Amino acid sequence: MNVLEFTSLIAVGALVAGFLGSLTGLGGGVVIVPLLVLLKVDIHYAIGASLVSVIATSSGSAASYVKEGYSNIRIGMLLEIATTIGALTGAYLTTILDPRAISIVFGIVLLLSAYLSLRPRRQRGDADKTDALAVRLRLDGSYPTPAGKQSYHVHRVPLGFGLMYVAGCLSGLLGIGSGALKVLAMDQAMRIPFKVSTTTSNFMIGVTAAASAGVYLHRGYIDPGLAMPVMLGVLAGSMLGARVLMAVQSSVLRRVFSVVIFAMSIEMIYKGCTGEL
Amino acid sequence: MAELSNQKPPEDRPPNWNDERIDRVIGNLLRIGVIASAVVVFTGGVLFLAREGRQSNPDFHTFRAESEALRSPGAILRETGAWNSRALIMLGLLLLIATPVARVMFSIFAFALQRDYLYVLFTVIVLAVLLYSLFSGYLSDNGML
Repeated sequence: MNVLEFTSLIAVGALVAGFLGSLTGLGGGVVIVPLLVLLKVDIHYAIGASLVSVIATSSGSAASYVKEGYSNIRIGMLLEIATTIGALTGAYLTTILDPRAISIVFGIVLLLSAYLSLRPRRQRGDADKTDALAVRLRLDGSYPTPAGKQSYHVHRVPLGFGLMYVAGCLSGLLGIGSGALKVLAMDQAMRIPFKVSTTTSNFMIGVTAAASAGVYLHRGYIDPGLAMPVMLGVLAGSMLGARVLMAVQSSVLRRVFSVVIFAMSIEMIYKGCTGEL
Repeated sequence: MAELSNQKPPEDRPPNWNDERIDRVIGNLLRIGVIASAVVVFTGGVLFLAREGRQSNPDFHTFRAESEALRSPGAILRETGAWNSRALIMLGLLLLIATPVARVMFSIFAFALQRDYLYVLFTVIVLAVLLYSLFSGYLSDNGML
């Protein structure tokens, strides 16, 4: 296989990964890494290329959410302190951990992410009470709904902050956006409305990933020949996915793709256990 | 028009910089950064494939770090000047990494205009972590840290 053929293969794979990632709401990163590992790419190159594509898709879609007024920039900024420090921790862990361990952690995180984003959401009870710390930090906000602006209160800031550190660690360790865990921290722990949680999470992913990208760059994890088709492919695929998502019933598609995600998790855990990396 | 309805802005913030306008600027900043980066990466990619497309594929199975020449922002800029196609791709990726950094820098300015100094502090912390990540390895290699 020559360079042109290999690049085309990766670009098509990245397009599919971006498409799948956007439809399932998991992000392109968690799909492209197992795909590259399947193509016998070293896991360090795989997470380096994936991380770059994560910055592209997050920044691209955050651009429109911010303008529409869904993202809460104060919540994002505060929690980015936790995610960026976590991302630095995670990026350093990649340099000392065995690739097999990284692969197994990846598989488990992928399984959990898929579970978290596919399960039905529960209704929250105490969303109308205020929280002293959240008020002091001016985190409460409002977001547009068809019936006008809907205001909300933020809760349990320290718990959310701690979970965000873990999300940042996993992002830096695995080269993914870890959007599912970020949404869990905001939606479940901090009781922030789902639409605000997902868009603010997206807004934070780019900054989180940029924090580990510096370390990856210096360590040589970002190879231009591999990152080029991955970044362009995932970006194009996720834009395509966002269009399709608006046009079709998403719950059916999500169920179909969850099977694919499950298979990929098993692949990563299996390869990690057998050392076939 | 959000600005028009806001005839009497609070004394402590300039009337032109309300939250909606800040959100708009951040949105544009992100979009421009991603588009510019994609264009540069694509250009570098075309050049790369035109020059090296027929060579046999490098082995990505074993990890050997990217050549020293392309592992720091300064080196990437120097190599791009020499029309090195791999460096041009890296320049595009660097633009991409710089996009969220620019967004954080703009947020410092926006919070300062709103006299929200607590959030200026939070944003400065995030910027410090980002700059540390980007430059610490480079500085330590050169004995500056």
